[in-house]
Amino acid sequence: MTWPILSVTTFLPAVGAILVYLLARSGDATADRTARWIALWTTLITFVISLILVARFDPAQSDFQFVEKASWLATGITYHMGVDGISLPLIILTTAIMPLCIIASWNAITTRVSEYMMAFLILETLMVGTFSALDLVLFYLFFEGGLIPMFLIIGVWGGPRRVYASFKFFLYTLLGSVLMLLAIMALYWNAGTTDIPTLMHTAVPRGLQTWAWLAFFASFAVKMPMWPVHTWLPDAHVEAPTAGSVILAAILLKMGGYGFLRFSLPMFPLASHDFAPFVFTLSVIAIIYTSLVALMQEDMKKLIAYSSVAHMGFVTMGIFAVTTQGVAGGMFQMISHGIVSGALFLCVGVVYDRMHTREIAAYGGLVNRMPLYALTFMVFTMANVGLPGTSGFIGEFMTLLGTFKVSLPTVVLATTGVILSAGYALWLYRKIVFGALVKPALMSMKDLTLRECVTLFPLIALTILFGVYPKPVLDMSAASVQQLVNNYNTAVTAVKAAALVTQ
Amino acid sequence: MYQAIVFLPLLGAILAGIISLVGAHARNPSGDTVDHHDDAHGDAHAHASAAHDDHAHDDHGHDDHHVAEPPAASSRAAELITTGLLFVSAALSWFALVNVGYLHEEVRHVVLLPWITSGELQVSWGLRIDTLTAVMLVVVNTVSALVHLYSIGYMDEDPYRPRFFGYLSLFTFAMLMLVTADNLVQLFFGWEGVGLASYLLIGFWYQKPSANAAAIKAFVVNRVGDFGFLLGIFAVFMLVGSVDLETIFHAAPGLTGKTIDFFGWHADALTLTCIFLFMGAMGKSAQFLLHTWLPDAMEGPTPVSALIHAATMVTAGVFMVARLSPLFELAPTAQAVVMFFGATTAFFAATIGLVQNDIKRIVAYSTCSQLGYMFVAMGAGAYSVGMFHLFTHAFFKALLFLGSGSVIYAMHHEQDIRNMGGLRHRIPYTFYVMCIGTLALTGFPVFAGFYSKDAIIEAAYAAHNPFAIYAYLLTVVAAGLTSFYSWRLIFKTFCGEPHDQKHYEAAHEAPLWMLVPIGVLAVGSFAAGFLFKEVFATPHGVEEFFRHSVTMNPHILEDMEHMPALLGYLPTVMMLLGLFVAYIFYITRPYLPVELAQQQPMLYQFLLNKWYFDELYELIFVRPAKWIGYQLWKKGDGFVIDGFGPDGVSARVLDVTRNVVKLQTGYLYHYAFAMLIGAAGLITWFMFGLGGQ
Repeated sequence: MTWPILSVTTFLPAVGAILVYLLARSGDATADRTARWIALWTTLITFVISLILVARFDPAQSDFQFVEKASWLATGITYHMGVDGISLPLIILTTAIMPLCIIASWNAITTRVSEYMMAFLILETLMVGTFSALDLVLFYLFFEGGLIPMFLIIGVWGGPRRVYASFKFFLYTLLGSVLMLLAIMALYWNAGTTDIPTLMHTAVPRGLQTWAWLAFFASFAVKMPMWPVHTWLPDAHVEAPTAGSVILAAILLKMGGYGFLRFSLPMFPLASHDFAPFVFTLSVIAIIYTSLVALMQEDMKKLIAYSSVAHMGFVTMGIFAVTTQGVAGGMFQMISHGIVSGALFLCVGVVYDRMHTREIAAYGGLVNRMPLYALTFMVFTMANVGLPGTSGFIGEFMTLLGTFKVSLPTVVLATTGVILSAGYALWLYRKIVFGALVKPALMSMKDLTLRECVTLFPLIALTILFGVYPKPVLDMSAASVQQLVNNYNTAVTAVKAAALVTQ
Repeated sequence: MYQAIVFLPLLGAILAGIISLVGAHARNPSGDTVDHHDDAHGDAHAHASAAHDDHAHDDHGHDDHHVAEPPAASSRAAELITTGLLFVSAALSWFALVNVGYLHEEVRHVVLLPWITSGELQVSWGLRIDTLTAVMLVVVNTVSALVHLYSIGYMDEDPYRPRFFGYLSLFTFAMLMLVTADNLVQLFFGWEGVGLASYLLIGFWYQKPSANAAAIKAFVVNRVGDFGFLLGIFAVFMLVGSVDLETIFHAAPGLTGKTIDFFGWHADALTLTCIFLFMGAMGKSAQFLLHTWLPDAMEGPTPVSALIHAATMVTAGVFMVARLSPLFELAPTAQAVVMFFGATTAFFAATIGLVQNDIKRIVAYSTCSQLGYMFVAMGAGAYSVGMFHLFTHAFFKALLFLGSGSVIYAMHHEQDIRNMGGLRHRIPYTFYVMCIGTLALTGFPVFAGFYSKDAIIEAAYAAHNPFAIYAYLLTVVAAGLTSFYSWRLIFKTFCGEPHDQKHYEAAHEAPLWMLVPIGVLAVGSFAAGFLFKEVFATPHGVEEFFRHSVTMNPHILEDMEHMPALLGYLPTVMMLLGLFVAYIFYITRPYLPVELAQQQPMLYQFLLNKWYFDELYELIFVRPAKWIGYQLWKKGDGFVIDGFGPDGVSARVLDVTRNVVKLQTGYLYHYAFAMLIGAAGLITWFMFGLGGQ
């Protein structure tokens, strides 16, 4: 390997953003078109390069690969990049979703097009960077930096209450970030470095573990989002433009889960062990509470947003069960949810672009005019419900299976989510797609265009492919997950043994 | 060959799906603009005008299902492809049954693809072919092929036929995956797959609100069962470390005596697991408490009711218990639960069937009741006997549904038996086959149900189960009720005076597409009993035929033969009694039932309203869920979390800033005073703070 492929993947979108800035800033129709095409090509090339990562990735190894290291701020704080089986699937998810977002925004965004495209491209750099950074400071920069473009996307191109939503989003996330920054400093003082692989093998004192775990948790729980810090999500989704919602649901939410897997479990195993019941409780509450709330929503996007919180509950539950199936299931659920919820928001976007309302009551009987749309929406509804044969099932099933032997009550309660999700998802589908077409405004609705098919059909293919043959994703992460679980178990058993000795 | 049996229907489903999509897309153009505000997009205009022509002629028919819309191109191709493939599958299935059951071919495992692999969880897509599976293959494919054929006639006015046939074949594929599963997860895949197909088919006429409601109800109630099924799978995996059936059965004997801590209760591991799994079966097979979806499912087209809600899908629960018989045999408490619910359902559903007036609902409650019988056999450990009834029931119940479909077709979609009568003169063929179905269902000697139902009642009597006597009594009584409501249906529909002259005059026999399948099923309803009694219900035959595919209670079949002869005739006596009462009530003295209903209004209303289960569930589950959801949303998220969280914080920040602004008065002495206090505070802090160290 002669070229820094990971850095190229990370920073190529930023280069694209600079190109957009240089070539397409005048704001007329030609410039807008140029901006769109530059953004599309950049994201496509980035996606292709990220596929080279997949081709060269060795799934049997649990260590970091494609490692790049260069001196940077100070001793112990370096520019360190690399991926393992936990981050690579998320990187591919990011680079794969981005072109679809650009295509989905093609006609929907008509104001400040070049700025919009720049925001998306920079966001992509920051997201890929978050998943590939192997230095805490670098990670923090990417992680928090991602806030700014998203804040702008909601605040500038969003709906009527966009200012409230973006402010709420910012306030929540900021709170977590500050605490995480403090914890990062504490870790630096403790170990003299912010290098993540080094920290993963450094035993952190018990007291510090607890506090650092809580600080990191504050940040990741907000991102996830976990109950009760989830209320920013429905508002942010409702106000964000379609592509913004897609990115938010598909990628940004995954940063929380990634953080748990990258930091909380490997660096603070004892604290994670102590806090697992706490996380289980929050996860179960999230699953039941938000599913019930989703039943009563009147806004399509809000309903899907609440269902996202419920699905993320399965992820946190699986991760903190720290069994092979639980963690692998959590990982898979993140990828699957990225595809499915992203696609559901695209589906909402399709009708929103036509009718300019997200109110469920404004629709009904769309199947009479939009058979392709009905089919597409059905596939993703079923994936959201977790029907076997779609990717949604695998993640849910594995997380529950993995948690069962750790905490039976958690699983019994969490499995009720299976019933509730069927309730809200089918109700939504019925209200929008089924029924007679009686509302005059809907009479002239037309079916999916080629552009919309291009965004949705690849996602259908992936949903079913991963439902029937999830092996590519599971294998990619298997070795890293296994090592994570083993290290965790070693750490926890060592302490238990020590406790026995001292007794 | 086995791959062909399972995947040919999938191929048919995909082809029919493509035909229906292409057709639907041709009628509904693409475009992301809407007429009232389309502006610059040139090509959309052409489409828009084309779309307008469409509206003109398909807006009439929206409230009923006869949409005046031309059928999709190559509808006939879709019909013939799916039906043809199904017949091939069906032929191969009989071949497989002969091979496996009679020629004793070894149990076959065909591994297709790895599915979920993670640590010790190794799940593959695979087919397992043993006698139990082969019996189900025959049932599913035979009935499905006949229903496909029947539907060509029944659905001939529906413009969405390709979609219908696609769904039917999709259902068949899922059902085949279910019965051929060699691990619990694939079983669950088939389980949910048939659930999806059932949802789609119940809601096939999606413009009817009642059909949509019924479809969702079916799916959600089934999900309640799936909740248990999933927990059962998890428990098995925790105990055995595998979900593979072969491994589980090997490990099962070692699990007796283990316990699981379930919310502080040390439950016997196998009992708890089996009860969880049985909960899944209760959902799918519409057993007492989870039965409410089945009658509503009659909103779907009648062929669907015959295939899914009578012959195959609803028996999946029975099949599952038989498949897992090595586990259930080790968990007597769970068997008692199975028997209790089976017997209760057999009786309970029969009582409701007595007073219903919708022809399909009567048959639906009858299905529910017969499924209860099958579970009684499962609870008794006589799995082969339960499978026997499943086998014969598939023929006569599919026959009764398709026959009802023929009646409905003849009456132009009239389903209320109060508006029928005298039809035997107009549609004699349907009348005779319906009679054969009824004789079989009620257990008239020589007909199929006679052998299988009586065997179940004997098994209930002979079982060593705390609920054995309970089950025996209820199934005997239910046999009488079954006979009554079945003949009531026949008499009210086909005999007496016509109640709706217009429909009566117009009634006509169905086309050959429909008559042939019913005829075949009639032959099956007659012959399936005595032909297969040997292999399903005699100790030696079962041993030879089923071999290791089910683990029977070792003594039950012998014990059944030692039943007192008098008690053995009781079901037949009850059947004749039911027939006699029905004859009195509906032929010779038709005023009697009316008087009876007036004398016992409470009882009549109670039965007519199906024991008020729908109302009860609405009251204790649906409404509270909605209420809680609403409260959590408005009060929980809105008031508590946002109020004390972001909104509250920002409001406090604003308050503080406002107060800070107030402090800035501009008077010099205010600032001087503040400085003085501050300095004093600082000095104090240094003095005490440092002094403390």
